[in-house]
Amino acid sequence: MAAKSTIRSEGGKVRRVVVVGGGLAGLMTVIKLCEAKVPVDLISLVPVKRSHSVCAQGGINASVNTKGEGDSPQIHLEETAYGGDFLANQPPVKGMAEAAPGIVFMLDRMGVPFNRTPEGLLDFRRFGGTLFHRTAFAGATTGQQLLYALDEQVRRYEIADVVDEHGVSIPGEKMVRKFEFWDFLQAVLDDSGTCVGCIAQDLKTMQIKYFQGDAVVLATGGCGIIFGRSTMSVICTGTAASSVYQQGAVYANGEFIQVHPTAIPGADKLRLISESARGEGGRVWVPKDAKDQRNPKEIPEKERDYILERMYPGYGNLVPRDIASRAIFKTCFHEKRGVFNPKTGRNENEVYLDLTHKDEKFLRSKLAGILEIYEKFAGTDPYHNPMKVFPAVHYSMGGLWVDFEKDARGSLKAGSPRNHATSIPGLYAVGEVEYQYHGANRLGANSLLSCIYGGMVTGPSVASYQKSLAKSAFDLPKSIFEKAEKRCQDDYTRILKQNQENKSAENPYKLHQELGDMMLRDVTIERDNATLEQVLGKLSELDERVKKVACPDGSQRANQGAQFVRHLENMLVLARVIAQGAKNRDESRGAHYKPAFPKRNDADWMRTTLAKHEQKGAVKYLREFDYTCAGQSIHVTDAVDASLVAPRERKYEQAGAASAAATGKIQQPAASEQQKSV
Amino acid sequence: MANSDTTKGTGRLVHLRVKRQDGPDLPETKRWEEFKVPYLPQMNVISALQQVQKEPRTVDGKDVAPVVWESSCLEEVCGACTMVINGRVRQACSALVDQIAPNGETITVEPMTKFPLVRDLIVDRERMFQDMKKVKAWIDIDGTHELGPGPRESPEAQQERYPLSRCMTCGCCVEACPQYNDSTQFVGPFALNLVRLFNMHPSGALHKNARLETVMGEGGVQDCGKAQNCVEVCPKEIPLVDSIAQVSRDATKRLLFGWLLK
Ligand SMILES: Cc1cc2nc3c(=O)[nH]c(=O)nc-3n(C[C@H](O)[C@H](O)[C@H](O)COP(=O)(O)OP(=O)(O)OC[C@H]3O[C@@H](n4cnc5c(N)ncnc54)[C@H](O)[C@@H]3O)c2cc1C
Ligand code: SF4
Ligand code: SF4
Ligand code: FES
Repeated sequence: MAAKSTIRSEGGKVRRVVVVGGGLAGLMTVIKLCEAKVPVDLISLVPVKRSHSVCAQGGINASVNTKGEGDSPQIHLEETAYGGDFLANQPPVKGMAEAAPGIVFMLDRMGVPFNRTPEGLLDFRRFGGTLFHRTAFAGATTGQQLLYALDEQVRRYEIADVVDEHGVSIPGEKMVRKFEFWDFLQAVLDDSGTCVGCIAQDLKTMQIKYFQGDAVVLATGGCGIIFGRSTMSVICTGTAASSVYQQGAVYANGEFIQVHPTAIPGADKLRLISESARGEGGRVWVPKDAKDQRNPKEIPEKERDYILERMYPGYGNLVPRDIASRAIFKTCFHEKRGVFNPKTGRNENEVYLDLTHKDEKFLRSKLAGILEIYEKFAGTDPYHNPMKVFPAVHYSMGGLWVDFEKDARGSLKAGSPRNHATSIPGLYAVGEVEYQYHGANRLGANSLLSCIYGGMVTGPSVASYQKSLAKSAFDLPKSIFEKAEKRCQDDYTRILKQNQENKSAENPYKLHQELGDMMLRDVTIERDNATLEQVLGKLSELDERVKKVACPDGSQRANQGAQFVRHLENMLVLARVIAQGAKNRDESRGAHYKPAFPKRNDADWMRTTLAKHEQKGAVKYLREFDYTCAGQSIHVTDAVDASLVAPRERKYEQAGAASAAATGKIQQPAASEQQKSV
Repeated sequence: MANSDTTKGTGRLVHLRVKRQDGPDLPETKRWEEFKVPYLPQMNVISALQQVQKEPRTVDGKDVAPVVWESSCLEEVCGACTMVINGRVRQACSALVDQIAPNGETITVEPMTKFPLVRDLIVDRERMFQDMKKVKAWIDIDGTHELGPGPRESPEAQQERYPLSRCMTCGCCVEACPQYNDSTQFVGPFALNLVRLFNMHPSGALHKNARLETVMGEGGVQDCGKAQNCVEVCPKEIPLVDSIAQVSRDATKRLLFGWLLK
């Protein structure tokens, strides 16, 4: 039987839900929860306004079809499924594609300064994997603008009172309480294994504290820092996901790591040059003569090899990322035709990304944000000189496994407590931290969408879960929480104390560099089983060496060293899930490519990788499992729900292959002609 | 991907001089420490500090705790890593060693001074986030349910509004502002810019007066001494002085004629 009130517990406490992470996914979840009158504690490593979502540049997809090209949610669904190489369950993708136009309109109402057409409507640009103008954008800092809009709305709820059933404000209780500069450590599980809160640490005072919550939502983003340098923010270590994985949550499709084709090489970070550069006409090339030493501007057009246009005439520079990255990698690494550097006397791992044929004013209004980054960090002017770029780790398609329930139309069933539920009852996941929407390869500008759509679904889902509870987490004995808190406290003390006397102790930052260098070299664009075997061996070695880490800092205040040791330990666990998953999957699909198994193999591998933690150093891969959601036992298998778009081979050589061919219809000639003139 | 060779050094050293303090209540721990770390291509102050983490030893050979600082995006868009570098407030991630110390000059790094210190280079900028609540820096939407598109806007209006919306709450402007300190309540230039931004938006303008009223009293727009330091340090080149002038004009108008309209 459900509890009497969803606002107050039996003991009279305000019943809250904990949301961990305030990127787009977390913030959207918070807003939806507040609209459903569920008060929230919002925990984040950094002030939510500084979350990694702020880095997103290019835009957000929605088939609003303002250019009269005949775009529709159906085509968006088909192209997303196709681009993801048929590994995504399709009902959630359908739900997302259908909701997209409404989401962009909502953001528009929140005041996002989207670029406009002369008529004052939203402007859209092209992105990879489609021939349509489907991407809404605010200059080239779209993620920043979307994050700010949601952040502002959440701020309104920080000053809104919690109101009880009778419409009376509860003194001192606000709808949102923020805990910024807090690190999520663990979920708190009751005796039945249900998540009833979490433990987190204040990163200024280092105080460890429990948070009760009728449910916990993880919206903690990606894990690119496992690869050392990537396009991600330094906080994207995947520590929270790893932690709940070690507590029993199933992790899905970990091996699918997106490598973005165009980033600026750098010592600390590989800074992205968004796909929008190509969406607005940027072209990728190398000199035909590998030893050509001329200034790129002096190399005539016919002596340039526009590699993507040559290899994939159908989609050209806007093929999906996995394909573009492999083409660039092949050119630089296997054919040694990267741009020649007279200073070093060798062909560097770099290709040109060229926008110099475009009008400077046009570029400033549409791409200033990213061209600024290039100018600032590479030190040359991209308006007049081709940029030099190389692929970089960018996004994790894999993540915590989450459920969905479909409706009669094959879309997501609104309000089902199963949507976005992890395999731990009461624990939800949303945003890049989960695996649901992108299959084996994410299309550009679909992530901001999946984060916000995921939030719109997770809010109501968690609210129905809370309604189903017979007993609130706030009525459970304190001892459950205190025990968990003590465990985390002990673990923290261990990190501070261990190996302090050991003369040959390891430095955590150096170990991380070793981990990152290996993962970047061996577990990205091309994968080979013998190499992966060595990687797994090296991971076992690192698992041993991490035990010899001495925390470089003994302070009780803002101890970033201790925090990093914890994140490193957790990164090693996820690294194994990724590498072992890659080794197991003997096929090539989307971002996962094995030259020894160059073809997709649907008969054996059109299935979700489901990883379950056994103990440190051991992953179990499941074909099926059962979990409980809102009192109902649910059986899960690794089969992919491809009920809406029939799987077929990807052929980006051919224009329109990603969607129209699915229905047997050929792309409208008028539309494709219009596209070509872009 | 065989691109890890960019991490190899060249023998050149980068010289850092860092102002440290273990905590707000430990002024006796205030000190300068100097470090020399290997140079890396395209190095910025953050990657120099990251090198210190790997080898936390001062030039005098003393083993110390690694320096702590705030950072996230490393591409000057999140606003986390603001510090005072060589006397100028700016982001550490976009402070390139080749530009600020081309010949191996010492780089001095200090925390901002206008906010309570947490430790080393970390300060607490909570006041800025509180002031965003104070000035109602948001659009009052009715809800997130589907209500169709927002108001139409000309490309020109968008091009005017967008740059104002790039404020990343980094704190450079208030660090440089002589009027902003812990003995005043001045909301600061960034907050006034937000008032202008939201008052420009067609739906935001519906609550223009409520927003203006938040900056008409103490700590509001008249606290600005027009020193213009703010605009010179804003990394996003936000026209702060124009924004302040606009808000000031609107506030004056509201003050003079507001009662007529009531
Ligand atoms: C450079 C770049 C450009 C991109 N451009 C685009 C684009 O144009 N279009 C697109 O669709 N996608 C883009 N993406 C992808 C997209 O930005 C991300 O996938 C998306 O923003 C992730 O959002 P999120 O809400 O899941 O997580 P994040 O924004 O990463 O937020 C994670 C949150 O969790 C918190 N957190 C993490 N760990 C903990 C912990 N242990 N304890 C407490 N809190 C924690 C963080 O503080 C943060 O608030 C881009 C990505 C990059 C790297
Ligand atoms: S112009 Fe005003 S806000 Fe800007 S620095 Fe001067 S006093 Fe401060
Ligand atoms: S106005 Fe400029 S300097 Fe001030 S906080 Fe915003 S971005 Fe930083
Ligand atoms: S780390 Fe984000 S601005 Fe420097």
